[in-house]
Amino acid sequence: MSAINLKVNGRVHTVDVDPATPLLYVLSDDLELRGPKFGCGLGQCGACTVIVKGQAIRSCVTPVNTVAGADITTLEGIGTLEKLHPIQKAFIDEGAAQCGFCVNGVIMTAKAFLDKNPKASDAQIQEAMSGVLCRCFAHVRMMRAIKKAGQEMAR
Amino acid sequence: MTKRMTPDAIAALKREGFSRRNFLKSSGALIVGFSVGGAMKTVQAQGLSAGMAGAPPPNQVDSWIAIAADGNITGYTGKEELGQGISLAQWQLVAEELSVPMNRVKMIYCDTAFTPDQGVTSGSQSHPANFNHTNLAQAGATARQALLQMASQRLGVPVEQLVAKDGVISVKGDPSKNNPSKKVTYGELVGGKKFNLTVDGKAKRKHPSEWTVLGKPIPRPDMPALATGQFEFVHNVRLPGMLHGRVVRPPAIGATVVSVDEGSVKDMPGVVKVVVKKNFVGVVAQKPWQALQAAEKLKVTWTPGVGLPSHADFFETLRNQKPTRDVMLVDSKDVDQKLAEAATVVKATYYHPYQKHASMGSSCAVADVQGDKATIYSPTQGVWHQHNTSAMILGLKPENVRVIFRRGSGCYGLNAADAVTYDAAILSQAVGKPVRVQLTRKDEMTSENYGNAYVLDQRAGLDAQGNIIAWDHEAWSPTLGNRPGPGTPGNIITGTLVGFEPDAFNPRSPAPAPTAFNNNSNGVPSYVAGRVGGVNGGTGTVKSERSLLHNTKSAFFTGPLRSPARLQNTFTHESFMDELAARVKADPVAYRLRHLSDERLSGVVKVAAKAANWDARPSPKPGNSRTGIATGRGISCVAYERDNGFAALVAEVEVHQDSGKIVVKRMVISNDCGPISNPDGLRNQLEGGALQGMSRALGEEVTWDDQKVTSIDWKTFHSLPLGFEVPKIETVLLNMPDEEATGAGETSITIIAAAIGNAIFDATGARLRQIPFTPERVKAALAARG
Repeated sequence: MSAINLKVNGRVHTVDVDPATPLLYVLSDDLELRGPKFGCGLGQCGACTVIVKGQAIRSCVTPVNTVAGADITTLEGIGTLEKLHPIQKAFIDEGAAQCGFCVNGVIMTAKAFLDKNPKASDAQIQEAMSGVLCRCFAHVRMMRAIKKAGQEMAR
Repeated sequence: MTKRMTPDAIAALKREGFSRRNFLKSSGALIVGFSVGGAMKTVQAQGLSAGMAGAPPPNQVDSWIAIAADGNITGYTGKEELGQGISLAQWQLVAEELSVPMNRVKMIYCDTAFTPDQGVTSGSQSHPANFNHTNLAQAGATARQALLQMASQRLGVPVEQLVAKDGVISVKGDPSKNNPSKKVTYGELVGGKKFNLTVDGKAKRKHPSEWTVLGKPIPRPDMPALATGQFEFVHNVRLPGMLHGRVVRPPAIGATVVSVDEGSVKDMPGVVKVVVKKNFVGVVAQKPWQALQAAEKLKVTWTPGVGLPSHADFFETLRNQKPTRDVMLVDSKDVDQKLAEAATVVKATYYHPYQKHASMGSSCAVADVQGDKATIYSPTQGVWHQHNTSAMILGLKPENVRVIFRRGSGCYGLNAADAVTYDAAILSQAVGKPVRVQLTRKDEMTSENYGNAYVLDQRAGLDAQGNIIAWDHEAWSPTLGNRPGPGTPGNIITGTLVGFEPDAFNPRSPAPAPTAFNNNSNGVPSYVAGRVGGVNGGTGTVKSERSLLHNTKSAFFTGPLRSPARLQNTFTHESFMDELAARVKADPVAYRLRHLSDERLSGVVKVAAKAANWDARPSPKPGNSRTGIATGRGISCVAYERDNGFAALVAEVEVHQDSGKIVVKRMVISNDCGPISNPDGLRNQLEGGALQGMSRALGEEVTWDDQKVTSIDWKTFHSLPLGFEVPKIETVLLNMPDEEATGAGETSITIIAAAIGNAIFDATGARLRQIPFTPERVKAALAARG
């Protein structure tokens, strides 16, 4: 166990954990955040995605000590009910979910991509989302929401 | 109000008295509104046969509807949200029947302390169960009728002259709107008291033409919380003093515990206890990561597994497996004779593998078992069944076990939700503290009951004019276990590990003659008459018919996976129907219509064909090249469970003949589920079902070696990711206000595979008869064209 400082959504937290603990466990158990989720624990599905230094990373396979001190953004940190991020707004407006378990991974992966590629083509968005799963297959609405949000963000 | 919502949605929200801001706020509040560990409501058992002992009796209005002193309404239902949108539709239903805006209604879904026993939320049964003339809908209608009668007495005005609106009953057309002697609120009439009324089957439900809330595309209330990371899944339930558990499953099918070396983990940080109960092994620790580490390190000696049938020869083994349990759905007893008389006999065999629910999030549950009482937060599809069977697992009285539904990852049937609930309960009981268990990916993929594999032989006789005169269906499918139901925890893995038996396999051959037509499995093709007991129960015209199923004992646990049996049977029938149409050079749509007698099924076929601008001609498409990319179109349809939903689907595909890759470019889906409760929710289900079915058709298959399942993660089990080329999907909804409400969540998934297979045939002349349509199989079929 060792004390590790984490900066999550602009707030600094000190946690006393095994440094090898995956970041996801710290976020969802120690900090009780509901955005990032355990889908596979293998970095294969995207449910645990958070953004660190502008990159979408899989927090389930990221040891917590490797992101100590870095700015970590979770789904909770990109917008709130009162002030939604354009992607969150687009997902709500499009009703882009069924069970909703994958929504974190879809929104966070799309956000990191669109932040860097505001004028991305449909094919590029598709490519960027190719490592993310939704088992309810709400794909039509999700891709529509991402494209709409992209247009809004590019303004 | 955002301009991004559709005008319909905005209007619907406004009608309901929501501003967008309030909508967001109230939906957030809804999520946290049902507090953890709330007081148990005392429920008197009424000695009725329906529902489990202790469950609120379904024939009582008070079991479904309560009106508080302030006039606010609570609806109680035993059908829960699995992602299919039914929670919202039920909320709309209660508001509609009680004539109040939605923000006056709070719903409680699936909690054994409060809600009626409606079995499991599954099988496209929620819409028919709660939106017709029983249960929630009829309780709402009875409550409204009773309120109107009470108001009539109170105001001295005949019921016919009264109108209920926004929780107030007043005199129709009364100009003195503010005259208190001419109006009365629900709160004043019954607020805080029980109705003490039996649900009246004759109470008049509102006709869809009168609806202002139900039937409208009201947006999903959970979306804001989901999109902002506020939503509480069962994975997010946190109880004071909660510990974390992990299970250690047998490494091979049938392996049993020889010994467990508890010392192997006793010095690991955070480890609280190693739990062994017969063949169940688990670890409890302070933190989830510690529990995982310990579970991986724990030294368990297992016996070898029992061995598995060869995967390569599986279907041949299945076809010859004995003993069998045989089921005859229909038998005109003249099939062999008619086939012998036929001008042409067509035969084909279809194959469907075991498939998985493979939920996106691995299953999770939180149990708090202390002394003789248990409170369990579970994503189970059946809280009352879970209440009974967890009590059996724990050795507690059922009345001391409260099961509270919390949403899990979409399950699509019997995923590992019930297994993990038992896991958490067992581990919590062992330590006397709340324990949360979330399975690993591998445990999720190996703890669930798989969707059934099938081999299906089809034979049809055609007359000289190309009409079908006989259709013979004979199938083989292995089974083991099932849903636990109210009393069989051994039907799923954890129950078996702690010593319960699955349902016995009772061989029976030959099958008894059918006594009534039952096509719940869609084992009878849509194109035959379905004649049993002198009555044609089917949807088709072919009089010579036989449908026989041989169940065998499975090596793996099996259970309902979205559209169980219905999907496998329909893939086969709808593909084979296409083969028949091609044999007689008939257009696949016209040939279907020629053999259908049911207007609703014909209706969806016609609507889909029209919307798709169907190119009417025989398949395959003339002039297509035999190399490179070829395009084609195919159709498929179903009368789901005969009368529980009607749909047709046209698929347009590209076949990349050099690589064997299939790209679906467009889908047109028509659907008739009776009166539509929420068109946006319905479209969401049709779209998602079709794409999930496409993933199942193109890539999903359970694999195994001689000891264990080898498809254990997303690299070995292939689900189409978000980034594949999503086809253009058009949904055409047939609203049938005068029909009964039917299921709608399993229609499109049932018909997509055949529509794709038929489109591949149209494009190339190659017939795919085995799911999934992998590039290798596509290439083999192309090579076999000759």
